[in-house]
Amino acid sequence: MEPILQIQHVSIDFTQYTGRKGLKKQRLQVIRDLSLTICPGQVVAVVGASGSGKSLLAHGILHILPYNSHMEGEILYDGVPLTETRAKQLRGQEIVLIPQGVTYLDPLMKVGPQIRKGRNDAAARAASREALARYGLAPETEELYPFELSGGMARRVLIATAVVEHPRLVIADEPTPGLDMTSARRILSHLREIADEGAGILLITHDLEQALAVADRVVVFYAGETIEEAAVTDFSELSKLRHPFTKALWRAMPQHGFQPISGAQPYPGTVEKGCPFVDSCVDCVDKCRLVENIPLREVRGGWVRCLQAERPSRRESTTPGEEALP
Amino acid sequence: MRHRFFFVLKKLLRMALLLLGVSIVTFTLMCASPLDPLATNVGQVALGSMSPEQVEKLEAYWGVNTPPVERYLGWLGSVLQGDFGTSLLYRQPVLAIIGERLGNSIWVLAFAWVFSGLLGMALGVLAGVFRGRLPDRCIRGYCLLISSTPAFWLALLLLLIFSVWLGWLPIGLSVPIGVESSAVSLMDRLRHAILPALTLSITGVANIAMHTREKMVDVLESDAILFAKARGESLPSIVWRHGLRGVALPAITLQFASISEIIGGSVLVEQVFSYPGLGQAAVTAGLGSDLPLLLGITVITAAIVFAGNLAADLLYGVVDPKIRRGAARE
Repeated sequence: MEPILQIQHVSIDFTQYTGRKGLKKQRLQVIRDLSLTICPGQVVAVVGASGSGKSLLAHGILHILPYNSHMEGEILYDGVPLTETRAKQLRGQEIVLIPQGVTYLDPLMKVGPQIRKGRNDAAARAASREALARYGLAPETEELYPFELSGGMARRVLIATAVVEHPRLVIADEPTPGLDMTSARRILSHLREIADEGAGILLITHDLEQALAVADRVVVFYAGETIEEAAVTDFSELSKLRHPFTKALWRAMPQHGFQPISGAQPYPGTVEKGCPFVDSCVDCVDKCRLVENIPLREVRGGWVRCLQAERPSRRESTTPGEEALP
Repeated sequence: MRHRFFFVLKKLLRMALLLLGVSIVTFTLMCASPLDPLATNVGQVALGSMSPEQVEKLEAYWGVNTPPVERYLGWLGSVLQGDFGTSLLYRQPVLAIIGERLGNSIWVLAFAWVFSGLLGMALGVLAGVFRGRLPDRCIRGYCLLISSTPAFWLALLLLLIFSVWLGWLPIGLSVPIGVESSAVSLMDRLRHAILPALTLSITGVANIAMHTREKMVDVLESDAILFAKARGESLPSIVWRHGLRGVALPAITLQFASISEIIGGSVLVEQVFSYPGLGQAAVTAGLGSDLPLLLGITVITAAIVFAGNLAADLLYGVVDPKIRRGAARE
């Protein structure tokens, strides 16, 4: 199928003023060489730690990045470059954003007018009621202000703002934080439903488990870089995964031994060369620290940014139970 | 509703305490003033030629020998009965003078209040929307310049330009000189009020514009605006639908808080234009040791300012959905 969104080698950087007096100008690269593809009906999850610049990817696609940032690389929508002019025309219509939380609603405007974006005709009213009803929200919800919504309601209202436009591409930016497991699952199933109706979904999250529950493909983000792109089915077995960090993530899941990952993730833009995971990696060799730009390569039907990806991991022979022992 | 009632009651109690405090401070300052009421109002030479009995009578009239506490309590007692006393300088009831002077000032004050509010808000919104660009820089430059300009100096400047050089507007007073009061038209009054009102407006704009700009910038940087952009709303729609909504609440506070600044400013400005308003009467009363008049003016202007703030608080309850719906649910 023809992909709806192709992101090719996208990098986003910020200009920051640092130093003791704030006079030193610095370019901080938060997203580096990111690539992914979304087909209609597909949910692609971008998984990365909180604060690793994932939201900027969403803002970059929509061309609503802050003024001090800069994006490079190419984004194709429907096979045609998504320029700023084109993004302006499409956003809020074919491409919609489901933001993180209730703060993204105007605190002083009732829910109804916000969903309708100021239109007040009968068709718009019917559409907004239908969208609310779809997520189990009564028509009276239209008359509520955002501060009167509960966390779960707010999340469903935000999804309603998206489906009311009948989008072809949905960008869901952390749609579940602060929700209990059941509510979070329900929100994710709503996303799956939108995808099954034919839209492409980009799910940005820090929660690998949630991503695996709903996505078709998973893009793993580490220190601002895509380090692996894999099908969800690859996560069924450790040996199918490619990057040592993804494997470490897999081992950190409760059902796979609950082993913490040692070391801290470097801040985006602080790694000048070599692999950013090198300090926590069990499989690294000298080369991993020295190679300027480790390329993203296709390995076993997925993509990985690792020089050792074809080699079996030194730890793969041991079972999780043994590893847990000191 | 109960909630709203107690809110107003509490505010009114606070207002009574405030007015009491203001009158005590004013009274104390007047007592501490080095001005000798007799020497100021009668004149050193005239005093010298008077008999001791005459001087004694005058001293009794100006209350020189009455102990301050007794004087204050006497004043307070009659005020509580609704009698603000008689002005020592004008020999008329204080309330009558305040009424007449306020009648002159009210149009100047009201015009300056409305005009500076509207223009200030418009400029502030504009500057906030175009933050960092040319319109913003011009508006900010203007505001900073005006904020650092004394109002009386600006008044003199306007007087020089429009009255002396161009001759478009009268030099001072509230009515033409040498015209019977029955022959004074509304146009005449307006022409005389333009310059004082303009001075107050120009200085009032700066404060409101700068605050509105700051708030507008905050609103435009909020997540809600980012989401509105992501949903394809255009900049005019964002400013109109979300931006103005966001600055409306602080604008109410600002607008009503500016009453105090405008009344304060009118004292100096009316002096420059010899405009016979409340501000000028306050200066005359202060310099002439006219205690009942000065106390009357301070207490009444303080009450007006307080009423303005109270109105803002109550309007908040009507405009802000969080307060309105929150109070309704109780």
